[in-house]
Amino acid sequence: MRIYVCVKQVPDTSGVVAVNEDGTLNRASMQTIINPDDLVAMEQALMIKDATGCQVTAVTMGPPPAEGMLRELLAMGADDAILISAREFGGSDTFATSQIIAAAITYTGLNDEDMIFCGRQAIDGDTAQVGPQIAEKLNLPQISYAAEIKKEGNEVTVKRMLEDGYMMIKQQTPCLVTCISDQDSHPRMMSIAGINAAYKKPYTVLDFETLKDEPLIELDKIGLKGSPTNIFVSFTPPLKGIGVMLEGNDKKTTDKLASMLLEKHVI
Amino acid sequence: MAFNSSDIGAFENIWVFCEQRNGVMMNTSYELVSEARKLADERGSKLVGLLLGHNVEGLAKDLGGYGADEVILIDDPALEVYTTDAYTKAICDCAMDLKPEVILLGASNIGRDLGPRCAARLTTGLTADCTHLDIDMNVYTDFLKKASTLPEARYEKFDMEDVNLKMTRPAFGGHLMATIICPRFRPCMSTVRPGVMKKAPFDQAKADACVITPYKVSITDADLKTQVMDVVKATKKIVDLIGADVIVSVGRGISKDIEGGIKLAEQLTDAFGGGVVGGSRVTVDSGWLSSDHQVGQTGKTVHPKVYVALGISGSIQHKAGMQDSELIIAVNKDENAPIFEIADIGITGDLFKVVPLMIESLNEARASK
Repeated sequence: MRIYVCVKQVPDTSGVVAVNEDGTLNRASMQTIINPDDLVAMEQALMIKDATGCQVTAVTMGPPPAEGMLRELLAMGADDAILISAREFGGSDTFATSQIIAAAITYTGLNDEDMIFCGRQAIDGDTAQVGPQIAEKLNLPQISYAAEIKKEGNEVTVKRMLEDGYMMIKQQTPCLVTCISDQDSHPRMMSIAGINAAYKKPYTVLDFETLKDEPLIELDKIGLKGSPTNIFVSFTPPLKGIGVMLEGNDKKTTDKLASMLLEKHVI
Repeated sequence: MAFNSSDIGAFENIWVFCEQRNGVMMNTSYELVSEARKLADERGSKLVGLLLGHNVEGLAKDLGGYGADEVILIDDPALEVYTTDAYTKAICDCAMDLKPEVILLGASNIGRDLGPRCAARLTTGLTADCTHLDIDMNVYTDFLKKASTLPEARYEKFDMEDVNLKMTRPAFGGHLMATIICPRFRPCMSTVRPGVMKKAPFDQAKADACVITPYKVSITDADLKTQVMDVVKATKKIVDLIGADVIVSVGRGISKDIEGGIKLAEQLTDAFGGGVVGGSRVTVDSGWLSSDHQVGQTGKTVHPKVYVALGISGSIQHKAGMQDSELIIAVNKDENAPIFEIADIGITGDLFKVVPLMIESLNEARASK
């Protein structure tokens, strides 16, 4: 039994976001991190590995430097890692990305007991679309917004969160699950032994040559040209006018605040 | 004839997926129908609500009151409780048959589960979590003049006859906005952020005139791979951040006295005459507040009349969720905290000292009115 965990390297948007003059993102100036929800998915998979001894495979699509992220996940406890990387895959939107990842998973093999985990969404695009679209392209059932995942044999039970409560869902494998953080899924740290082992574990690069005979790899469905959505315009919003910093921080200051709020009819 | 999403001339009308749960219409559905009415007028096409469920016909006419010309009603026992499988099949079978030009869904946990699945099945694009939609280029250009820093020269390059749905969304926490189109395929699909579009006034005459068209789909047990064992409503009161007029949020600044800090925030909402307590990501990740309190890119996007940020430094991801609030008040010990860049009124100081004084001043001011 194997769990594929799909991960993405993203710019750290909690730090400084630099924007180029043409309105595009200056990625080179930003730190990259493992997408936080994807770390939760990895933790969920590792918890199942702890209980069942299953294989956990980290999968990402991206440029070659994404290897560093995959090695970190191997150090956390993943058994092997796959980097999907080719110029032909660049510029993919969610439709094209899911097409390629689905092809890579088909190529690597998906058995009846297997599952695919994704993070709920990535902090750079916030689309939450790639997971469900991988599921559709592999004709697998999906469970999104999963907080708790329990697996027994070929059956998984998942707590799927809604805005106003949750659903308990029972599902046969193979299936795809997108994970959100909950109290029990704080991602574990890398261990020293894990770091030592990370460079000895199986690491595979799947390029266009390797995947091109997969039925899902159609040139009109991958990369920039195969992406149904295009950016029409990107722009930066105007800066908001500068606000007022009140002097001091005593009762006189808060009285001034209260009188301003009265004037604005806020209170 | 087989469905072909690239035969774009064959598609017409604007559809809104109207999400109901347990027989109650989600407010987002009314917001979306109201907004889509404008798009349908720009395009000169019909606005159709798509209502799925079991025994939900009673919800259909109201959609007309917010602007729907017609409601396609797919009523089936298999649609009583939401499952990805059944809802995807119903929507895609119907869309492949009737070929809408646009399908909008609310970006709820269900809309964001269903939208990508449908788009992949229909072989078309989907834009997530949009905050602005246009079809007419004149309307779109007017929007850009207000909402962007694009030089006017840029507009001269636009094809003013373009009739693609222009779907605008924030990226990277609102530092960047992107307008996305889906030019080669139909339907154009978008999920729309809840709480952003304004609900139109309800019009009873339009509700009465709304046409209800039942539509049958075939959903068999073989289509249903997922078993929903139970649907549980949250027992504790759900925090209604989106509907709140006043939100007082706390951040890392309360770490030295977490309970005390949250209590102060609650008392401050009272001083404003009622409101809701929110929190930054760290307060939720650390377990100080439950996740339904979270404001920000990974939490809720809010635009209350008053937003008070207490001990919140103002990360991009937090600002993304609150920068459109009408009035932002920030209290932070660090005068260089980024939150002050977007605050309308700022006070530098320890929140544990400043907030009790604020409460006192507000109470006195309200009493003096």
